[in-house]
Amino acid sequence: MVKLIALTPCEGLLPISEGGIAVTEVVMDQLVSVAPFDGKQKATSDALKAQCGAGLPAANRRHGAVTWFGHGTWIVAGDASLDGLAAVTDQSDAWAVVSISGAGVEDVLARLIPVDLRPHVFKTNHVAKTMLGHMSVTITRTGSAAFEVMAMRSMAATMVHELQVAMRGVASRA
Amino acid sequence: MRLQAPAQTVTFTFDGRKLLGVPGEPVAAALLANEIKLVARSFKYHRPRGVMSAGSEEQNALVTVGRGAQAEPNVRATTVEVSEGLEVFSQNAWPSLRYDAMAINDLAAPFLAAGFYYKTFMWPRSFWEKLYEPVIRRAAGLGALSGKANEDAYEKAFAFCDVLVIGAGPAGLMAALTAARAGADVILADEDVAMGGRLLRENEEIDGQPATAWVKARLDELAALDNVRLMSRTTVTGAYDQGTYGAFETVAGAPAPGKPLSCFWRIATKHAILCAGALERPIAFPNNDRPGVMMASAVRSYVNRWGVAPGKAVTIFCNNDDAHRTARDLRAAGIKVAALIDSRDDAKVDGDFPIYTGAQVIQTKGRHGLRSITISHNGGTREIPTDCLAMSGGWNPTVHLTCHMNGRPTWREDIASFVPTPDSVPGMVTAGACSGRFSTAECLAEGAAVAADIARGLGLKPKVTVPAADDAAYAVTPLWAVPGKGRMWIDFQNDVHVKDIKLAAQENFRSVEHMKRYTTQGMAPDQGKSSNVVALAVLADATGRGIPETGTTTFRPPYVPVPIAAMGAGSQGKGFAPERFTTSHKATIARDAPMIEAGLWYRPSYFPQPGETHWQQSCDREVGYVRGAVGVCDVSTLGKIDIQGPDAAALLDFVYTNMFSTLKTGRVRYGLMLREDGHVLDDGTTARLAEDHFVMTTTTAAAGLVMRHLEFVLQALRPDLNAKVMSVTEQWAQFAVAGPKARDLLNTVLDQSLDDDSWPFMACGDMGVAGVPGRLFRISFSGEHAYEVAVPARYGESLFRMLTAQAEVMGGGPYGMEALNVLRIEKGFITHAEIHGRTTAFDIGMGRMISAKKDCIGKSAAARPGMVGDERQQLVGLKSQGADHALSAGAHLFETAAAETRVNSKGYTTSVCYSPTLDTYLALGFLENGRARHGEVIKLRDHLRDITQEVEVCDPVFFDPDGGRARG
Repeated sequence: MVKLIALTPCEGLLPISEGGIAVTEVVMDQLVSVAPFDGKQKATSDALKAQCGAGLPAANRRHGAVTWFGHGTWIVAGDASLDGLAAVTDQSDAWAVVSISGAGVEDVLARLIPVDLRPHVFKTNHVAKTMLGHMSVTITRTGSAAFEVMAMRSMAATMVHELQVAMRGVASRA
Repeated sequence: MRLQAPAQTVTFTFDGRKLLGVPGEPVAAALLANEIKLVARSFKYHRPRGVMSAGSEEQNALVTVGRGAQAEPNVRATTVEVSEGLEVFSQNAWPSLRYDAMAINDLAAPFLAAGFYYKTFMWPRSFWEKLYEPVIRRAAGLGALSGKANEDAYEKAFAFCDVLVIGAGPAGLMAALTAARAGADVILADEDVAMGGRLLRENEEIDGQPATAWVKARLDELAALDNVRLMSRTTVTGAYDQGTYGAFETVAGAPAPGKPLSCFWRIATKHAILCAGALERPIAFPNNDRPGVMMASAVRSYVNRWGVAPGKAVTIFCNNDDAHRTARDLRAAGIKVAALIDSRDDAKVDGDFPIYTGAQVIQTKGRHGLRSITISHNGGTREIPTDCLAMSGGWNPTVHLTCHMNGRPTWREDIASFVPTPDSVPGMVTAGACSGRFSTAECLAEGAAVAADIARGLGLKPKVTVPAADDAAYAVTPLWAVPGKGRMWIDFQNDVHVKDIKLAAQENFRSVEHMKRYTTQGMAPDQGKSSNVVALAVLADATGRGIPETGTTTFRPPYVPVPIAAMGAGSQGKGFAPERFTTSHKATIARDAPMIEAGLWYRPSYFPQPGETHWQQSCDREVGYVRGAVGVCDVSTLGKIDIQGPDAAALLDFVYTNMFSTLKTGRVRYGLMLREDGHVLDDGTTARLAEDHFVMTTTTAAAGLVMRHLEFVLQALRPDLNAKVMSVTEQWAQFAVAGPKARDLLNTVLDQSLDDDSWPFMACGDMGVAGVPGRLFRISFSGEHAYEVAVPARYGESLFRMLTAQAEVMGGGPYGMEALNVLRIEKGFITHAEIHGRTTAFDIGMGRMISAKKDCIGKSAAARPGMVGDERQQLVGLKSQGADHALSAGAHLFETAAAETRVNSKGYTTSVCYSPTLDTYLALGFLENGRARHGEVIKLRDHLRDITQEVEVCDPVFFDPDGGRARG
């Protein structure tokens, strides 16, 4: 039987590294957006907690597999069964997700992202929807020197290119 | 001349001449060390000029650095660092710097006063733009751009802090230390290569040790703190809203691939402390622009910091005590002081050199380098041989940044200077010389005090300890211009002298802003940093007003010139916008398809085959695939919006003109969307996947727009609707499969077989595609039996390759945008070429799609008088007289007998193609009362391309008007 072959959004683009900073693809097997229907936010949060161990975090925060994703919307790494509680939409293939890490990673991101990412301001599991160069992204701090960036799948090549240029610029000063 | 042999030297060139310099010192220092006095020609008169200052305020020594595409003009020799192999060129001189032909302008100087050009080259009027201005612009000017694309890398970056300290002199260092020791997040920015400000350039002691040692110790301390970022070579160029500052950093070190030359920073801070210091101002006296006439503080900088003697016999001309230390430092370095001339009768000066108080410099000699000065003293004159004159007219606090948000500085009579007006920039305070405190002790104390205030405001507990330092009072008696004959330069960079300003006043340009425009004072790259106060003092004198009443012109960002390349860093070439690639991109490129941009997306124009020499051939072949066999096209770029919720159907009824609540599950309907003003916003199909679940498609161009529109409707217009929208454009790879053999092709990849009963026209639903859960829509944008098949994007490339390979076996293949366009024009389907923002549903023949049974956005606006009626230009088809009669889009429509003038235009064409199906040219367009004119012949006229054709007006659906092919 004929079978389709799956490719990841950053196929052939990653990993890259420059001056101690590494960018790798975070392969998302399943990703769904969750937008609770009117008056169902609490119920949605409770249901999610039961299903994946984390309820809906506050705006600009991540809690376990659940990440705030904009006005009244969260994105869940994994599946969610929320019939009647929330609009659940498959996003598994919509996002290019990369991890960027290494000492001085904030200096690289400061070339592209206009958000205050200082460690005491933007802590682990803090989330921002912002710009990376000219493209809309969601950025999450995942560790003391590690971030996760989500961009539209179609823009994966530009995102990787932008990160690479910024990484070279910073590395060349060392 | 160097005072001591340097430890290390490098070779650089000036106008091709090899010179030795010390790495890191400014080019100006190296030129002086090599006894090169003449370094530039002036803007207008081509006067010989030399180094005047030792900082970013330099007016004369502008040079070009590098060659070819890398050449950077108008770089200040006082700020560019010497490095091995550096190439420096003089500017605005021909054939050479020493023998400059355009110096003839200088002889014509009596005629070339301010306003000369405007008065002289008035007639004939048309000559100004074509002849006079180009000639004048060639004669005047500074450096020139290479005209080539610059391959260098530039950077932009963002930074954040609690306290931004601008300037690292005594005040700035103390401010940064006090705030940083208290625990605040501090950025200390300074435009110099090394931090320390005047402390690196004066002979002073702090806490009993040399000031330079104190600076080093403090910088070491700051560098060791985690909460401090030291940014040298970084000029804060502008103050903007919300505590944002622009800063321009020259990246240190040798160039390397990928290494930026400079970085433009945007620094967001809670507080800023401006410690920008002060700029010494010149005195206007006859021929004060000769190479060798320098600022007194600059002479001390070259001697003290870089060990370079700017002359062998130096004279000093001043009106203040501060300049006296120049003589002291020169003597300490063993350089001859030929004379000290202080304009004040009561000046107190000691020293083993000739001293003239109550005296003035009234003339200078030496065309390519100062040879002597003439002074007036005790009623007589005296000529003094000298090769360097150090002048000082006092100090101007660097108030610029405090004025960037419309603040005006305050005049202080006691120091004869403007000082910042408090609170001119929210969140910014000033300290040190820039706020009018000129002694080192005052600077240190004020820097610490303002930083401590800010730290306390941040909830920190600062400790203030101020080291002991020189606390000499600053005494000055204003001397702006020496009376006498000859040109006395004020704005050296734009060649403005005292007489120009007096002429401005005489001709009633008495406002300081008018004087500026009339004389061009302050309009050169230095923006009048050094000339501003002297100029307005002369204007005040000429108009009989005081300086405070005369006021200053506006200080605008940037404080120093910032290359556009730095501000636009990352946006050159493809960096201008992100590139969006479909999942079929690689497979498409592999077929050599030329790509065109659709918004940010890249889509194939056509897929060329061997032997095809013209796109039209490929396009015709691809149209044939769809009309005769089967074609495959990636349509993933169309916007796809997932809509769920109990009120999903109500939302659609509200945003679409037609009814969607009546749509059956498993069916698709075409919908038209209006803006609130009644014009068409977008169109597309929406499928009902379940009772409370729809997926809407939008045009590629309007995907973001429609998403925003729906969000706005839900948040602002209809918050009562319980519906959620989410873009799924990127989630699905979607392909149109169109043509008589479309079903046969799909049946080779689908998990279940299609037939007309289960999948009639406009059906939709879930469908397994080669083992993957996908979606299938039976819709057609070509008029043929067609489908769109969607799979999760990860499978997109695989499915595209599979479909196109199978299609080729069936006599079809992939088709691109050109063929897609032809197919839809043949069917009269609209795109944004037709719904371009000025057309209504009525215009495009869809007036009846505005449902009478419900309200929708734009419904009442679309019914306004003038929005419907015979006078409207209505969508029509236009058929040419045959394949030899090409039509063009954008042409205007006229009655056959009418003159082709604007007032006679009855409409225009929007889309045009050659139809291989009908073997003629077709056009869609808008024609006044067009629907009533089918069958008539009118005239198409394209004035731009010089095309005139007679065309037949017809129904926009040229092909298969019954739609039988799509349904069958």
